[in-house]
Amino acid sequence: MKRRPGDRVATVGRNPPGHNRLPRYLRGKRGVIEAVHGDYPLADERAAGRVHRETLYTIAFAAAEIWDADAEPGGVIHAELWESYLVPD
Amino acid sequence: MSPTDRNDERDPGHDERDPGHDEDRSVTGHGHQHAGHAGEDGTSAALSQRVNALVARLDRHGLTSEAEVGATLERFLAAAGPANGARLVARAWIDGDFKRRLLADASAAAAESGVDLSHWAPVRLRAVENTAQFHNVIVCTLCSCYPIALLGPSPSWYKSEAYRSRVVREPRAVLREFGCEIAADVRISVWDSTAELRYFVVPLRPPGTADFTLDQLAACVSRDALIGVALAAAPS
Repeated sequence: MKRRPGDRVATVGRNPPGHNRLPRYLRGKRGVIEAVHGDYPLADERAAGRVHRETLYTIAFAAAEIWDADAEPGGVIHAELWESYLVPD
Repeated sequence: MSPTDRNDERDPGHDERDPGHDEDRSVTGHGHQHAGHAGEDGTSAALSQRVNALVARLDRHGLTSEAEVGATLERFLAAAGPANGARLVARAWIDGDFKRRLLADASAAAAESGVDLSHWAPVRLRAVENTAQFHNVIVCTLCSCYPIALLGPSPSWYKSEAYRSRVVREPRAVLREFGCEIAADVRISVWDSTAELRYFVVPLRPPGTADFTLDQLAACVSRDALIGVALAAAPS
């Protein structure tokens, strides 16, 4: 899937089996693509000794989307996530 | 907060398969942590033991030697320190064109400035700029990713569970504990180093530095300012 900066995305809500680099606090959250970085070996596969390249993005999440009423007002959290961790919003 | 590499232990892919991530481990596990914090944390001791066993085995098979590992570490650490980041920031403050290049591709801008990060592939460096609207701060919530080839080993608090868990949730309070007060109308942007990028912050140029040389400007930029838990400040 071709995604561009500004596109709205959501992260997968479940915890995939095995190793992954999607932090728990960012699961099932909505964000916006801030940057597209090209293809990098997916951490999940790398942990199993395989190389599978996927597009890596920087996703911007509003702090309020993650922490609700406890959030830093106007705060933003950025994380780099692979295509496999995203679903269309 | 106490130093810990505990979470790295749970992360096999991160630990063993990526040369970029491995640097965190080889430096803290074998050199820095070994010398500075051994005994404070059972995990570090176990990690040192594993590293030592690995080196001994490689040595036995003639693949490397203690001396070679030591020399490589020394060469790596000699070239990596906060001064690298401070000079990139100072140059960006002076030269607007360089700043644009730095923000667009920090790896290339570092190379252009004579900082060799070629051994660090495939990890990419990214500079994030503080503005009147946004203050940036970096973290790795999953383990302890840090631009070590540029800035040297990370401070132990950066690897602590307290910093990693709190700075994404209550960044303003954490920054205040560092003595870094962010104005109420400035928003805070946290960069969680979850994959292949390593961040450093380009702080705001402090007031009263209009006639400063590049060296004087670089002296305004501390390691903590490059992480985002301090502001740049003219030395008093």
